[in-house]
Amino acid sequence: MKNITLNRFGFQIVALLLVLIITTLILLSVGAQPLQIYKDMLTGSVGSVKKISDVLVSWVPLLLVTAGLLITFAAGLWNIGVEGQVTLGAIGTTMLLRSLQDSGMNPALILGLSILAGMVSGALWAALAGALKTFGGVNEIFGGLGLNFVATALTIFLIFGPWKRPGTGSMSGTEPFAEPLHLTLFENLRLSPWALAVAIVGIVFVYFLLQGTYFGLRLKAVGKNFRAAYLLGIPTWQYMLFSFLLCGALAGAAGALQVTGVYYRLIPAISSGYGYLGLMVAMLINYQAIWAAPIAFFFAALNIGSIQLPILHKLDSSLSGVLQGMLVLFVLLAEGVRQRLTPRT
Amino acid sequence: MKVELRGIHKYFGQNHANDDINLTIPSGTIQGILGENGAGKSTLMKILSGFIHADAGEILLDGRPVRIESPATAIHDGIGMLHQDPLDFPPMRLLDNFLLGLPGNLFPNRKEAAQDFGLLTKEFGFSLDPQSYVDSLTVGERQQLEIMRLLFLGARVFIFDEPTTGISAAQKAKLFETLKKFPEQAITVIFVSHKLEDVESLCDRVAVLRQGKLIGEMALAPDANADEKPFDAKKLVELMFGREVSLGTKQAARQDRCALSLNHVSIEDARLKIQDVNFETHAGEVIGLAGMEGSGQDLFLRACAGLIRAVGGRIKVNSLDLTGKSYHAYKKNGVEFLPAARLEQALVPGLSLTEHFVLAEKQTGVFIDRERGRALAEERIKAFNIKGAPLNAVESLSGGNQQRTLLSLLRDPLSLILVEHPTRGLDIESVIYIWGKLRERCRQGAAIMFMSSDLDEVLQYSDRVLVFFNGRVSQPLDADKTSVKQLGELIGGIGWS
Repeated sequence: MKNITLNRFGFQIVALLLVLIITTLILLSVGAQPLQIYKDMLTGSVGSVKKISDVLVSWVPLLLVTAGLLITFAAGLWNIGVEGQVTLGAIGTTMLLRSLQDSGMNPALILGLSILAGMVSGALWAALAGALKTFGGVNEIFGGLGLNFVATALTIFLIFGPWKRPGTGSMSGTEPFAEPLHLTLFENLRLSPWALAVAIVGIVFVYFLLQGTYFGLRLKAVGKNFRAAYLLGIPTWQYMLFSFLLCGALAGAAGALQVTGVYYRLIPAISSGYGYLGLMVAMLINYQAIWAAPIAFFFAALNIGSIQLPILHKLDSSLSGVLQGMLVLFVLLAEGVRQRLTPRT
Repeated sequence: MKVELRGIHKYFGQNHANDDINLTIPSGTIQGILGENGAGKSTLMKILSGFIHADAGEILLDGRPVRIESPATAIHDGIGMLHQDPLDFPPMRLLDNFLLGLPGNLFPNRKEAAQDFGLLTKEFGFSLDPQSYVDSLTVGERQQLEIMRLLFLGARVFIFDEPTTGISAAQKAKLFETLKKFPEQAITVIFVSHKLEDVESLCDRVAVLRQGKLIGEMALAPDANADEKPFDAKKLVELMFGREVSLGTKQAARQDRCALSLNHVSIEDARLKIQDVNFETHAGEVIGLAGMEGSGQDLFLRACAGLIRAVGGRIKVNSLDLTGKSYHAYKKNGVEFLPAARLEQALVPGLSLTEHFVLAEKQTGVFIDRERGRALAEERIKAFNIKGAPLNAVESLSGGNQQRTLLSLLRDPLSLILVEHPTRGLDIESVIYIWGKLRERCRQGAAIMFMSSDLDEVLQYSDRVLVFFNGRVSQPLDADKTSVKQLGELIGGIGWS
């Protein structure tokens, strides 16, 4: 057993080295200085408290989305629609904020309700993909992908239609909400303690759900062998649908926090690709909840660290995407090679 | 084309699926291959048609040794196989299916192909429209299409795997008429079947496989070698099912309570229709279901578990009408179904033994009590003599231990246990152990219904036997008064009124 773990670890190290080597080659090929770039990315992400807090701002939605995806992956489902579920979370939150902002209610209550509304919206959007799968026979990948496009279109429609700014609609989004409807931030930072708390509660919840509960065990049984789970007496489609609901709620929370704690309005790209990035994190950690927090932090750090690149090196910030993508590919590849080389007993 | 198989061996793990098969099929003959399930027929045919590779041995075509790497090289060498489920593309036109597998051209010549298609249909008297779609065809017509396609590709040896399952009598007559024309063109036909009457009316020669070995050959055509015996159904049945049977002592555990009753039940799937079955089984009774694979016993068993819905009639468990209910409703009323494909359908690969026991137990609270789960696992592992540790993943266990695990997951008390192939692929020690456990359940008042292709097992452990043939269900036979030979004949379709 120990040998296998060690072996796996070795292959992962090789994968990491390969990623570094190839990235370095790419950088050299465009005439950049790799070492300087790596150093700048490092200081740009964890070089100061402010930078770290910026990374955490990005970490919150990524971790929530990853937590949600761990549930659907446990049920054997590829919830690609998570991106749209983040978007719908943002839309639901914006809707409630808009309708209650002039009501004179306690702002804290409004904020709480609107985040809840975001979670419900995300969950319902996910349930749609789930219903398409269980009742319509539509693979969740296709259903989810389609719903993602619908979600984006809906956002654009709202921003330029019913929710447009006084005067004319613009790509910069809806009219920002007033100060009292913003989540409180740490002093001098962009990070909200409330958002941080929601993300941590989210991942801890998922960890215990999957590790210690009957629900989690049954969900895993459904994901690993649908037919056997049914024979063991587990109501399989209900469990699948429920995993969609939970994932959608967590993704919806991510969207809600983007509105209430980062942008204070609905913008066209409100989900910022966190859904897809979450899929990568989940794959990279081999669906183990315990690794979600550190790896999501690493990915967020890459995102933030690369922001400096255009200014300092005239390089596009998409380098972080290249690194993230390669990381996932090579780690999966290393695992594939390892399994192929390991003799079967 | 003459086909020679020399010293073919094939192992699947411990299982010796083909054990030194030597068989020569002269050019232009129709060769029948008989054998019960798991005898090694399919393995041998898959080797010949390139789907799998033999571990040892060689194949000669017209005296020339060939290496068959894949189905594509097989057809290149002139060997074509018709599978039980036709390998075609239902949403495509007949003509496009016909062109598939043709080597070379990026742009197929449809016009020429349509002409060839027309010629071939005329030659065999098929009525197939090249422009219609495959999904509008019957199974029999799809076979005709596949035959034409393989002929067009240049097949000189045709392998048919159970071709008469699921087609009408008229289509069967047409198929046999077609096949009988093949020898004139020196085309060799290999006909794999379990239906004795089909083999008798079609084949020139027959070879019988049992437990991976070629156990006997027989010539059926009058002009064959004189020293080989003519068709003898009884002899064939004996060859297929082998061994003398030693009946163990029966235990009379039957009680008066009716565990399961079927009233005018009809069951259907795409292939088979089982009509109007009336049957009752009592608590403590063991019912064996015999028949070749796909004769309807599998449908019957699943219908009794609520896994498939009967199209007509009423099903009662313990006098409770469960007609049309789902398996979970049956389960609540003490019915358990144990499938043959243990790892595919019954156990969850990736989960440990402990996790399986926890899943099968009643839930206590929201969180799993790990200590209790562990204790439970240790107790069951001991009680059922499972060779494995609580944290072992189920897929790491041997087949026998997986089956023990499955039995150890059964709850108490049960009224009906439905089992597919309770001991298939298990060593003798496990077989005895598993039947011991099942009989214990009978004494506790459960009725057991099981299907098996092992006739000895059926006769040894059942009180009564139902035989299935092509969707027909026999009257219940008293196992004590039935011989392996009688059973074998019924399974092969002989002796049905």
